[in-house]
Amino acid sequence: MTAFIVRRLLWLPVLLVIVSFVTFVLGFYGPGDPAEVRLGTRATPEAVERVREQLGLDRNFFVQYGSYVWDFVRGDLGDSYIFQGRSVRELVMPKVWISAQLGFAAMLISVGVGIPLGLITAYKQGTWLDTTLVSLSLLFLSTPVFISAPFLILFFAVNLGFFPVSGWDGFFSTSLIMPALVMGTPGIAGMTRLTRASAVDVLSQDYIRTARAKGLSEVTVQARHVLQNALMPVVTILGLSLAGLVEGAFITETIFGIPGIGRLAVDSIFSRDYPVIMALVIIVATAFVLANLLVDLLYGFLDPRTRQSVGGYGGR
Amino acid sequence: MVDAELNSNVASETADLQSQSMEKSRGLWAQAALQLLHRPKAIFGITVILLLYGGGILAPWLAPQGYNEQDLFAVRQGPSAAHWLGTDFVGRDVLSRTIFSLRTNLIITAASVATGALAIGVTLGLVSGYIGGKVDTLIMRIGEVFLAFPGLLLVILLAATLKPRVLDWVRSFEDATGIDGLVQWGVADYLVIFGALAAFSWVGVARLVRGQVITLKATAFVEATQVMGASTWRVMFHHLLPNALPPVIVVVTMGMGAIAGAEVVLSWLGIGIQPPVPSLGSMIREGQDVSVLRNASHLILPPIVVVGLLIFAWNLLGDALNDVLNPRQG
Repeated sequence: MTAFIVRRLLWLPVLLVIVSFVTFVLGFYGPGDPAEVRLGTRATPEAVERVREQLGLDRNFFVQYGSYVWDFVRGDLGDSYIFQGRSVRELVMPKVWISAQLGFAAMLISVGVGIPLGLITAYKQGTWLDTTLVSLSLLFLSTPVFISAPFLILFFAVNLGFFPVSGWDGFFSTSLIMPALVMGTPGIAGMTRLTRASAVDVLSQDYIRTARAKGLSEVTVQARHVLQNALMPVVTILGLSLAGLVEGAFITETIFGIPGIGRLAVDSIFSRDYPVIMALVIIVATAFVLANLLVDLLYGFLDPRTRQSVGGYGGR
Repeated sequence: MVDAELNSNVASETADLQSQSMEKSRGLWAQAALQLLHRPKAIFGITVILLLYGGGILAPWLAPQGYNEQDLFAVRQGPSAAHWLGTDFVGRDVLSRTIFSLRTNLIITAASVATGALAIGVTLGLVSGYIGGKVDTLIMRIGEVFLAFPGLLLVILLAATLKPRVLDWVRSFEDATGIDGLVQWGVADYLVIFGALAAFSWVGVARLVRGQVITLKATAFVEATQVMGASTWRVMFHHLLPNALPPVIVVVTMGMGAIAGAEVVLSWLGIGIQPPVPSLGSMIREGQDVSVLRNASHLILPPIVVVGLLIFAWNLLGDALNDVLNPRQG
């Protein structure tokens, strides 16, 4: 088990080097000169040249990448090309926090609606309710953010005036509701289907019949034997759903004008603010890898059967 | 003599058996198709997809007007007899633009799935699973790197950075061959978007196929084929591929909706297909401004309903296929 964790953790820096290198290459050979971007279109060639020197853009590609990595290791993410005089770190960090709050709220919606729906459909397997709810969950999956957001804005913000059209006033405010709803609904489908499949499987197991036969109360059977086992696979999808949340954040934050990393990413790609893009790609990639590792570990903790095989995989 | 007769008998019997098993295998797929057609989900999905994409293919004949034709006497009007779904800010027919947008979406989706998911994904999955060893490790590690990237972010980054180069490349191609209008038709946009999406869609399929192949590799029939001296190529594409296919069909069908949606997102962000070539994403973008929503909500409804229906239809079809092809997961 330890060997497995160590191997996975050792893979992380390798992955980050590859990911950062690819992003750096795209930025280096991509269009637009950051110096020109910073100075605007009317800048003289001499001024552009001076800024290029200041930013270190006149150096060789590998020297630039090397110095980036060296700074990064020391915790210096560089300065933004566009927001002058602001370091990437102070630009990005508060936004990470906002996006994390939004993502958490969205995940609550996916989980809070998806798991009960999955359990209901599993108990009512084969009935009209099952078919209807499963189809309904597919409908949720089929409403990506850019479809549901204008709908909600049109009805609840423009027509009814319940919620603000855009903006961000913190976690405990009405401005959170629509964005979280929009980001959370596509995830309901996956959660419902997985919970259903796993609950259907558990309900047909012998140990459930045994539990009932030995006279346990129905509540105990459901809570200790069905629910606990049925929810195990659901844990895995939580790690995977992080990817969906990050993708949802790009569009949701742009539509609702929320100052998080999703909107920052889109803005900085368009303004060719490469230091910010680099930082965001690395942050998100790290989060993906760590989330998946956490899920694997949690899974091993919840299901002792996989612990052994994971240990075996680790080469013990 | 007797030997020869016996041999020919055996040969003809073997041939019989072979043709029987062929019929049986064809029977399985036919059976799956038949089962599929008994499911309302599948019928609905197939009908919607055929209608929408069929409309897209026939756009030049079906659309009442060209996608760029303006009627300056009818600007931003609601639905009417002349313009069934109304007109936009510069007097273009919304219905016609929606139909042409579907063609754009179809081209991108089909091209990305065919190359990225199917050609690259299936081949790499087969190679990775069957050959194994260092090749397997290499392919899977590359896949992991792709998965570690925030998908949409990389696609946006790729599209934004590759575009000028592809545009140059298409221009020089035009100059060299004397073919005109490629840039104007948005060929460069198509190439960029399709490339960025294809680069991303192979990983999931490759992993799935690899898993299937590893299981199948250990079965007796594959061993038998190897012992009989079949080439690696033959084992992979004639024996492993058909057996690994059912879950791939399900995943790819479900993925079609996602790819179709990704095309819309990219053009929504403004890095997809560029105007004047119409796209559902740019139509949604134009229509979602709060003042537009307030005064001309007819502009956003057609593209939103069409995209939603399309993705829903692909998901329903994928779900029905899953019931038919992977009954154990039910």
